This record gives sequence, C-alpha cells and structure tokens, in this order.
Amino acid sequence: MASSKLLSQPRWFRFLPRNLSNVRLFSDLPSQLPVSEPQNSIESKSNNRFSKPSSTPSSLKEPELAKFSAIADTWWDSEGPFKPLHIMNPTRLAFIRSTLCRHFGKDPLCARPFEGLRIIDVGCGGGILSEPLARMGAAVTGIDAVEKNIKIARLHANLDPTTSTIEYCCTTAEKLVDEQRKFDAVVALEVIEHVADPAEFCKSLAALTVHEGATVVSTINRSMRSYATAIVAAEYLLQWLPKGTHEWSSFLTPEELTMILKRASIDVKEMAGFVYNPLTGRWSLSDDISVNFIAFGTKEN
Amino acid sequence: MCINDGIGYKNRIVARNFGSNVYRLRIPWRPFSNDAASNLSSSNAGNPTKEGEGQQYDIAIVGGGMVGLALACSLASRPLTKHLNVAIIDSNPALGRNHFIKKEDLPDPRVSTVTPATISFFKDIGAWQYVERHRHAYFDKMQVWDYTGLGYTKYNARDANKEVLGCVVENKVLLSSLLSCVQDTDLQKKIYPSRLTSMSILPNSSSLEEDSTASETVLFTHGRLAKLELEDGHSVYAKLVVGADGGKSRVRELAGFRTTGWNYSQNAIICTVEHAVENHCAWQRFLPAGPIALLPIGDKFSNIVWTMNPKESSEFKSVTEDDFLKAVNHALDYGYGPHPTSSLLGNGDIFSWFKGDITMSAHDCFEVPPKVAKLASERMVFPLSLRHASDYASKRVVLIGDAAHTVHPLAGQGVNLGFGDASTLSNIISEGIAVGTDIGEVSLLKKYEADRKPANVMMMAVLDGFQKAYSVDFGPLNILRAAAFHGAHYISPLKKSIISYASGEHRLPLFS
Repeated sequence: MASSKLLSQPRWFRFLPRNLSNVRLFSDLPSQLPVSEPQNSIESKSNNRFSKPSSTPSSLKEPELAKFSAIADTWWDSEGPFKPLHIMNPTRLAFIRSTLCRHFGKDPLCARPFEGLRIIDVGCGGGILSEPLARMGAAVTGIDAVEKNIKIARLHANLDPTTSTIEYCCTTAEKLVDEQRKFDAVVALEVIEHVADPAEFCKSLAALTVHEGATVVSTINRSMRSYATAIVAAEYLLQWLPKGTHEWSSFLTPEELTMILKRASIDVKEMAGFVYNPLTGRWSLSDDISVNFIAFGTKEN
Repeated sequence: MCINDGIGYKNRIVARNFGSNVYRLRIPWRPFSNDAASNLSSSNAGNPTKEGEGQQYDIAIVGGGMVGLALACSLASRPLTKHLNVAIIDSNPALGRNHFIKKEDLPDPRVSTVTPATISFFKDIGAWQYVERHRHAYFDKMQVWDYTGLGYTKYNARDANKEVLGCVVENKVLLSSLLSCVQDTDLQKKIYPSRLTSMSILPNSSSLEEDSTASETVLFTHGRLAKLELEDGHSVYAKLVVGADGGKSRVRELAGFRTTGWNYSQNAIICTVEHAVENHCAWQRFLPAGPIALLPIGDKFSNIVWTMNPKESSEFKSVTEDDFLKAVNHALDYGYGPHPTSSLLGNGDIFSWFKGDITMSAHDCFEVPPKVAKLASERMVFPLSLRHASDYASKRVVLIGDAAHTVHPLAGQGVNLGFGDASTLSNIISEGIAVGTDIGEVSLLKKYEADRKPANVMMMAVLDGFQKAYSVDFGPLNILRAAAFHGAHYISPLKKSIISYASGEHRLPLFS
C-alpha cells in the first residue's frame, strides 16, 4: 500500500517532518474538513486505500435513488452532523469570491460574477462548495476519489436547475492532468493535508490551471495552536471529528505551502485565516493564520 | 414611541426607578390589508400562468401589506437581489390597481407612527418620496402624563439632537407608497390576488403539511422548493416563502410555528378627530383602564387611540358623537384626576445633581392638549394582544412583521419592528446570494432570526412591562410612577436614551 512516490521524494522534502508510518495513498481525499467539523463520511477513510478508477455513473435506478436520497439528506442537513461545515462554508466562499472577482476583473456587485469561468473543485465531497460556485455563475467540475460522495453530490445537485449543470467525476487530479483538462480556477480546500505528496499534488493543481489562472488552497497550519485546536479539541474533547482524521505532522505551514506552490509555478498573492467564535458560533476571515488558513495564488510563466 | 431603558417586565420596580415614561402612539392594524373583500382583479399582466403547472419564483411573499411590500421594495433596491423573481400573494384588491388617494379625503383612523429609523429605511428603498406626496405629519414634541396628576414628562426632539421624534402616516398612504415604489422598480414580480390554502416543502422525507404527493417528475422538475396552493387554483413554487400575512398568519400556522402570548383584556377604540387649531405634539395620558393618545395627522386632524376594557369600548362605540367627544375631552383634561403641577422648583431640586446640562424640554410646563371639536371618521374597536412566534425561520419559510410578533400599541412600535424585520431579511438574503447560498437554507434564515429576535423580544418585554405597570391603581405604585415621570423629565441622559431607543436607533435599550 505504500506509495511509490515516497521512494522518489525530492531532496528538499526531507526537511518537512513527515510521519512516514502513516501513509496515505496519493489520492484526492474528499474531506473538505476544516478544524472543527466532523468527518463527512467515515467510509472515505477506509476507501482511500484504493484509488478509485474514474467511472461514469450508471443510470440511477429507483432503489438507489431512495437509498441515496436518505443519505443525501443527512449530508446536506444543515442542522445535522455536518453543521460546522455548513457554517464555515460562507466564509470560505467570501474569500474565494473577493479574490477571484478581483483577479478576473469581475463586478463584485453582480449576482453571478463567475459567469464564463471554469472552476474545478478538487475533493468536492458532497458538493458543498461546488453548488454555491455554480450559483455564482461558474461552470463547475467537481472531482472526488470516493464514488459514494460523487453519487450524493450529483443527486443533490440535480434537484436545482442552477446546480444541475455541475460536472461530477470520480477521479483524481492527476488523471485529469493526463486528460489535459484546463480550468480558469482550481480550488482544493482541506485536501492537501490528506495527501501523501503535497508537492506533486500542487504540481497537478498547477497543471490543471490555465496560464494566469487562479489556484486556491486551504488547509490547517502546523503549529502548537493547531495541535491544541484541530487534534486535541476537535477530535478528542469536542469530538467534532473522528480520532485520527488529521495527522498533525502532515499539516503544512503557510511558508511551506507558499514554497511548494512557488515550485509549481503558482505565486501566492493573498492569504487569510479562519477564526471560529464559540460565542456566536460563526467563522470569520482574519489575519490569524495560525490554525485554518486559505491561500490564493496565480499561475505565472 | 419612547420606552424606558428597559429591563424585562419582571423587574418592573427597577424599571420604574429608572424612569419609565411612556407615550403611546399608533400602530397599524395589518389584518385589514388581507381581509378585504375578494373581488379578484388580475394584477400586472406579465406572463399568464398555466393552470396546473405552477410558476416558479425565487421568493414568494405571502401578504402584501406594509411589511411585505417593504420587503419587496428593499429587495428591489439592492444590487444583489434586484434580479430576483418575486411573487406577492394577497387577496386585497387594492394591490391590483393603484387607486388614487384624494387630498380631500378625510384621514383614515388606521394610522401608524413611523420612527426616524423607519423613515431612513424608507428613504433608502426610495419609498419616502411617495409618502411625502400625501398627508403625513412630523411631530417633534410629546407629552406623557397620567391621571394621578403627580407627574408628567415632555419630550422634544432637540433633546436628543434630532429634528423629529417621528411621523404619523395613514396606513393606506404607506401601503400605496410602497406599492408605487415597488411598481416603479425593475423587480420582476407578480401579484396573486388570492389566499393561501396550503403549503408543502419538496422534496419531503419528513412531510411538512397536508398534500405532498411529490412524484418523481415533480421532484426533479421543481427540486427543493416550497409549493404553495392558492384558493383560486394556482400553484406557486418558490425557493423561499416569506410569511408577512399579519397576526393571524396562515403561513405561520401551516409551517407549524408555535406561538406564545396572551390577550390583554383591553380593546382599543380608534377614530379621527378635528381641532380648531393645529396640533404638532403627540399626547398620551394614562388612565386607570388604559392610555388615551392623541396624535397629529396634519391639517388640524388628529388620531385618537383609546385603550379601555371591552365593556366600555362597546359602550363608547355606540354612544352619540357628541357624547363621545365630550368623553374624549374629559379624558384628556380633568377626567379621572387632576392636572400635574408644573412647578420646576419643587420637583426639580431632588434631581439637581443628576441634571447635568438640562434639556430644553425640562423647562416646558405642563400643557393641556387642544380640545377636540369634531369627529371626522367612524369609531373602530380592536382587541389587543401580545403574541410571539417561538421561531422566525425554518426550512424555506421565514416570518416577518406581525406574523412573527404582535405587540401592544402603547408605544407605536408594532409596524416599526416589522419594517426592521424586512430590512434585516433583505440584507441577509443579499449576503446569502453574494456567496451563492440557496436562499431557503435554514442556516441563512437563522442568521436573520438571531439578529431580530433579541431586539423584538426586548421591545415586547418592555411594552408588556409598561402595560402591566400602568394597569394597576395602587398608592405606592402611583408614587413610583410619578417619580419615574419626573426622572425621565429632568434627567437628560435618561431622556436622550429613551428617545434614541424609541426612535429605533438602538436595537437594545441601554446597552449600546
């Protein structure tokens, strides 16, 4: 199960402390998990051992519809176990909206500013990020390595004519690079901390981006504070995430992320942090990048 | 308008010590906009609806009263929401055609007092210019006292560095102004002159109401929408249903929101009266059975709101005009008790160390309100109650205005709370669209609730506290109330903050 990638790491990679015993196969884990948020589906952890072949879904049959409808409701139940993710979503989208509007010169007061942009959501899970992007006018492609999530996402997206145009594929970023797909904006939120080889992952993200396109990556910082918050508090004390969801050693600091993005020819232009206010129960954007942070970069060269 | 710097109604004693002065002003009676006769006139032409295949909208506003139309105007005025497709469902035929309000019409007794906060909201959405074309009366002075004659308070807008304390406008003027405003915008809207009979949320794993035979085609055609069925057979699909249909809200009933509240054992008589002279001041006198208020409407007319117990109210409704006018003048003047003395020296000394820079109006003496000369309209009687919905929002449904909260009219706050709801909701919807949220999502609607509920509940508690505090005739309590009058009259910072809270500037009293 060990990734062959591990044997051929670039030299600088050794400076990053990695827990080599916990190997995750290089795949796009559809987690989308910020600090305080429960795992979206436990199965995804076990499924990630095998990289799923990309498959087009068979036509939906009645019993499947019923079964997945039930699951889809829970996934998308904003008062259910995925409530923290739903609460965090608008904050991430606010950052994406402001940076992308500025970069592509779109009118921020327009209701559908992403009209004409092709955006890919890497590790889309149930489509919580893909759907708002589609409502904002973008032509969205959502990819995830877990077949089940893609089914759920497609089912839910088909319920609204605005989001039924989203293209969902059960595949990985590398495969799309092989297919030579290009997108104006590549968004990979809360994925890179679950990837075995972040540098290669970033190279794939860059390869998917057109020249002068945008890349947005969000992850968790590797700091004392994030250990206390993301591991101890979220997984053990509050039990918002199942234990073992995150490996602290696989978190990246903002400097490291900037560096590996730079090496993939992506210039990080803006960075922001997410902070959670337990009193109001809301997330907000801030300059504090010590726990969750998000980075926006553009592809040069 | 003004209220004390309220604590909850449980802490009445504390509240009174801080100076609980009240002057009561009108609120509108919203049910009128919905209960009109059902001559169904067709509304703006637009696209004809196909029977059986409902039209789809982004937002369906059930209830085209003042608050419902204010929401529509507000959505039309924001860049992120003006492209939305809105359906307004109300059986009031007046919504179909904009009937002219003639200048020579006598003032309708149903009036509202709009606070400065509401006036600036109207200016933002572009509706105030229409109001100014019709009869409306700004007032900048107010006097509140009670039958014991132990104290009084005079307020002047200049105490809080304002121009006006509020403006009294007839409900029909507000309604037609909002209608003209929304018709002048580019907002895509369709008015359905019918009543709501049933509502269901699709798709439903846990069915909400009656009749949800969501077949697979419906599911995938209309997606996650609310389906509204109207009395005339039309079906309307919407992403979000806004219940703006008044105190007896059908939306609230169908969506299963629980309410708490009680009926006050009081009715209110309202009518329009005429004076020999102009009146620019709002007057309110607390009588043993309830307050009587005299509000200027303009052109020597004033509006009377007299709260009393139900038996008396039916008596007063049926007596002759002359007898009624005599009773009103009596109630405003020497009826039930003496005038308060206005000797500054005697009463002001106690508070001299509080005074600071004393307000202008603290020097004003007690005045007797202008005599009422003529009755200019019929007398109407309404029961009063307090009601509050336990939640304002659930999946795809949200309540605004009287549908969410009904209050005692004693401070003229009712419709102003509703306009505050409309303003906040349209803001929240705009923010939701900015980040691509589905506007019917509960999490978004709960943000609206979290913003409005504390403010509304606080105001209701304060008003309810006053209603209870003033309904008891008990020696020591009367003295305390008098002390409260004096306190509010002489202690400038207190008066300023009372005026600010009642003007709608702060959502919560004292804590801003």
